[in-house]
Amino acid sequence: MIVLASLTILLPFAAAFAGMLLGPRLSRLLRPRKVEPVPGGGPATTEQAWWRAAITAERSPLRNGPALLACLPLALAAVFAAIVAFTVWRSPGARTGTLTLIETGSVPIRVGLQADGLAAVVGLMVCCVALAVQVYSIAYMAKDPRYSSYAAFISLFTAAMLLVVYSGDLLLLYVGWEVMGVCSYFLIGHHWEDRANSRAAVKAFLVTRLGDVGFLLGILALGVGAKSFVIEDVLARLSEMPHATVTAAAFLLLAGVAGKSAQFPLHTWLPDAMAGPTPISALIHAATMVAAGIFVVARLYGVFVTGSGVLTLLGVLAVVSMVGSALAALAQDDIKRVLAYSTISQLAVMAAGLAVGADTAAIFHLLTHGAFKALLFLAAGSVILVTGSNLLGRYGGLRRAMPVTFWSMTVGLAALVGLPPVSGWFSKDAVIEAAQHAALHGDPEPQGWFSATPIPETGPPPPSITQFHGGALKAYAEANFTQVNWVAPPLPGWAAWLVYLGLLLTVALTAAYAVRLWLMTFFGEQRGDFEPREAPKLMTWTVAALAVPAAIMGFFGGGAEELRPHVGSALIALALAGLGGGAAFLLWNRDPARDPARVLGPVRPVLERGFYVDELYALVIVRPVRAAARLVVAADARGIDAAVVGAAGAARRLGGALRAPQNGNPQTYLTGLLAGVVVIAAVVVVFL
Amino acid sequence: MHLLYPAVVSALLFSVGVYGVLARRNAILVLMAVELMLNAVNLNLVAFDVFWRDRLHGGQVLTLFTIVIAAAEVGLGLAIVLLVYRNRQMIDVDRLRDLAEDRAPGKALDPPGEATPDWVAEGAS
Repeated sequence: MIVLASLTILLPFAAAFAGMLLGPRLSRLLRPRKVEPVPGGGPATTEQAWWRAAITAERSPLRNGPALLACLPLALAAVFAAIVAFTVWRSPGARTGTLTLIETGSVPIRVGLQADGLAAVVGLMVCCVALAVQVYSIAYMAKDPRYSSYAAFISLFTAAMLLVVYSGDLLLLYVGWEVMGVCSYFLIGHHWEDRANSRAAVKAFLVTRLGDVGFLLGILALGVGAKSFVIEDVLARLSEMPHATVTAAAFLLLAGVAGKSAQFPLHTWLPDAMAGPTPISALIHAATMVAAGIFVVARLYGVFVTGSGVLTLLGVLAVVSMVGSALAALAQDDIKRVLAYSTISQLAVMAAGLAVGADTAAIFHLLTHGAFKALLFLAAGSVILVTGSNLLGRYGGLRRAMPVTFWSMTVGLAALVGLPPVSGWFSKDAVIEAAQHAALHGDPEPQGWFSATPIPETGPPPPSITQFHGGALKAYAEANFTQVNWVAPPLPGWAAWLVYLGLLLTVALTAAYAVRLWLMTFFGEQRGDFEPREAPKLMTWTVAALAVPAAIMGFFGGGAEELRPHVGSALIALALAGLGGGAAFLLWNRDPARDPARVLGPVRPVLERGFYVDELYALVIVRPVRAAARLVVAADARGIDAAVVGAAGAARRLGGALRAPQNGNPQTYLTGLLAGVVVIAAVVVVFL
Repeated sequence: MHLLYPAVVSALLFSVGVYGVLARRNAILVLMAVELMLNAVNLNLVAFDVFWRDRLHGGQVLTLFTIVIAAAEVGLGLAIVLLVYRNRQMIDVDRLRDLAEDRAPGKALDPPGEATPDWVAEGAS
């Protein structure tokens, strides 16, 4: 088991290095059909040239060295991940294994993996989405001169995320966490020829790094408090640790989670990260990076449920993020930015689920979101390739020309909105139901997975568990049930109501922006200047393949009690979704050629700029920091540097003065020498 | 004989030698002054050897050493003086200033040996 899990991690890791070192060489060996690469890749060329290059690339995928090196190991890793998930499903329970033990003098670092239900399902999801992204990129990135390094970095990114997922040790988890950060930097800035792209990459790196500082401190606090970095041990010893330590660690971890998962106030990097190629957005938003934050909260849920303060903060941040970014998504012109803001919103839904104690529902939503958001981004990539533009205002009428993309995207958007019976409906409904329960009854719903008492449960599972029937999620449930179980403390009443109302408002807003995106892209008259046709088959098939899990994954959750749809909350959510979507449709229907967002009027620029959070940060943080930096530079140049330069000048002048006696006449030297001897002799005689 | 006489004589000899080394311009006279200083030392050595009644006569033995070394030194010195004279037709010690640093600003840091000094060219011809 552990060998399989480590192979799952190591295969993409090895693929990354092989791709980096051998990719182009292997390509030359296989003699692929020639595609003239262009600096800046596909978006830098006309859509005709891009389309032709993509067609050429997809016709000879087996002659494409980097693609082979990237896809084959990843496919193998996906198979291994599936085997791990299947094994965990058949016989639940956490499997741990130590690869090596590093003695540090104080707390040893155990390089170990842990394959339990949570890790198995998330790992499988990561592998599948990454594989889809890699296959899709073969055609999408055909025009790119640095495709080889791009594919290698995706492999490295995937390996890092898998390390986070399967890690059994906090420090090992942190290693994967950081490697993801640097990979996101490289991939967002892939087209670094454009200065805006490299700036977006730096921004993503710095903002997530800000959160990572807290994350590292939180890990250290936990590890030192528990005298072990092994996750199981840390969770088992939580009750022995001082309450203040655990609470502080939880708040610190929350900073890292907010950074990686792009929650307010560290969410600003995500919309700018759209500067990267579209498949990268799919990868970051669905499988890796942002999923890591939510995953870590679920993995260390015991730390977060020890006090209601952390959960309240998480809930409030989630509400701000989900409502704010859903509003911002309403007004965006760029299709990728709409999806980016929707990612922040959906991640906030997961965070809200975690805040109200529904961690199962949150992870379920993470999985379904992984499927449908990857689908949405890849479909958006197809649209961008065909139209050669990111702007919604230049699409229109693509329904007939791109039937596969259209239907796939319809499924994805339905899942995003939460329409039955696609996957998003089940998971979102489970979160809303838990929030409703917390708001109305004041205590979290008893959860099958983390229920019972904070002491290890050894007795027979309660009847609700035995009713589970099917799905890997069931395995996750049972796997976790035998571990230490945690009860989330109830949120304060106002916070629970805030979360609940925020979720409902988000549902309506999500429906509105999803319908706007759908209508403006696929309906009405064609507005841009392009030839409407279907994207290359490799891309459309990948998108269509992702549509399958996006459509039916919801039924896999049927095995768990708390993941089944509930009539009350489902009806309310559906009504609100209908309201939001209907409003968007009516506005669009009045004049299909124009943007429904026009009714936002003067509010629109505010929403389009994301409530001026970037400008606020520029004013409050960036400018003072820059001023301080200028101050430091001035102090350095005028103080420290001047002292050093002055010292050199002074030494030189002093040397010049001393050089004067060196006139080349040895008799002068001798005279000086003799005078010195006489003086010394006199001093010795007089004073000693 | 009292120790004072040879001591005073040798002190005078040494002083004359020091004066000669420091003040004479002619290199040969400088060498002679060096000889004077060495011989002042020899005189001291012999005088104190007698004064201490040293059984091994270390002072006298050391004097022989000094005489040999002085002979060698004078040989070497005269050879140098001869070469200097051949090269520049003069042996004034205070005009032999090629070891002085070039005082022109900025030139001190330049790598040496850029231009061949004229006396080297003359000597080679």
